[in-house]
Amino acid sequence: MINELLFMNGYGVYVLSAFSFTLFSFSALYLITKVQFIKEQNKFVAKFGSLNSEKAKSAKSQRINKEILANVTNN
Amino acid sequence: MFKLFQPNKIFQITSKAPKYILLLFVIVLSIGLMEALILSPEDYKQSDAVRIMYVHVPAAWISLGIFSSITFLSISGFIFKNKNFFLIAKSLAPSGFVFNIIALVTGSIWGKPTWGTWWAWDARITSMLILALFYAMYLISWRIYENEEKVFKITTFITIIGIVNVPIIKYSVDWWNTLHQPASINILSKSSIHSSMLFPLLIMTAAFALFSLLIFLMKYNTELIKIKNKGLDRL
Repeated sequence: MINELLFMNGYGVYVLSAFSFTLFSFSALYLITKVQFIKEQNKFVAKFGSLNSEKAKSAKSQRINKEILANVTNN
Repeated sequence: MFKLFQPNKIFQITSKAPKYILLLFVIVLSIGLMEALILSPEDYKQSDAVRIMYVHVPAAWISLGIFSSITFLSISGFIFKNKNFFLIAKSLAPSGFVFNIIALVTGSIWGKPTWGTWWAWDARITSMLILALFYAMYLISWRIYENEEKVFKITTFITIIGIVNVPIIKYSVDWWNTLHQPASINILSKSSIHSSMLFPLLIMTAAFALFSLLIFLMKYNTELIKIKNKGLDRL
């Protein structure tokens, strides 16, 4: 059964390499995008942390900034 | 109406959605892979080589769909002077480009057992390669130009020129004698593909669409945070 699945009447090498390339591309794109996202999120947290209390209060008044910070703690 | 789609308002949704989309994608992809590799029948002519269709065709469809969407969004961004449209278009491009590459590579792998060659300068393949070049130019433009107005103009220009290629890709198999077979699936008329093959193809298309949605959301959120980072610098 497994041999049949892998051999695929002699086309296994073509079929499995096409599927493997697709899944590899998916994984690579997902990881690159995730790393970029985390990097940008960490940069935001670091910048936010360096603000003085007045500026931090003003930045926190924006809902999106609060959401970004909330997401970091959730992750 | 555009106010509903303001980044500040939709971030709450776009930041939470990826984990659910990822879960759904894994489920749909698992079903699709089982259908495509095990349950679907082999072709009477191409035998098991036909299974490559289940990754090649959805990748090609989605890369074409994404490029058309990018063009529409870029033109709309220009007409309505809405930056968010450009941001959405920019976030869609990476997955469109990767799907384009997948379509080219898997098509090349499929070509070897069916046509006896890895590559042919056939109208369909060449026009898909040209689309990949337009995607590359679009993505590079976002990287090299700092000025917002300039990058909006250049990327819109690239998409307007590139969209001319999309109907050429679609009708290349009808207009020229190519190695590619004509379309087996037609929305307006009866499809020539059997339901036992159509079903896994649609499942795989759904999985690929979910993946592009996932990447789009992650990229869009990254772009929003980038903007907010610049905002913190200005405080």
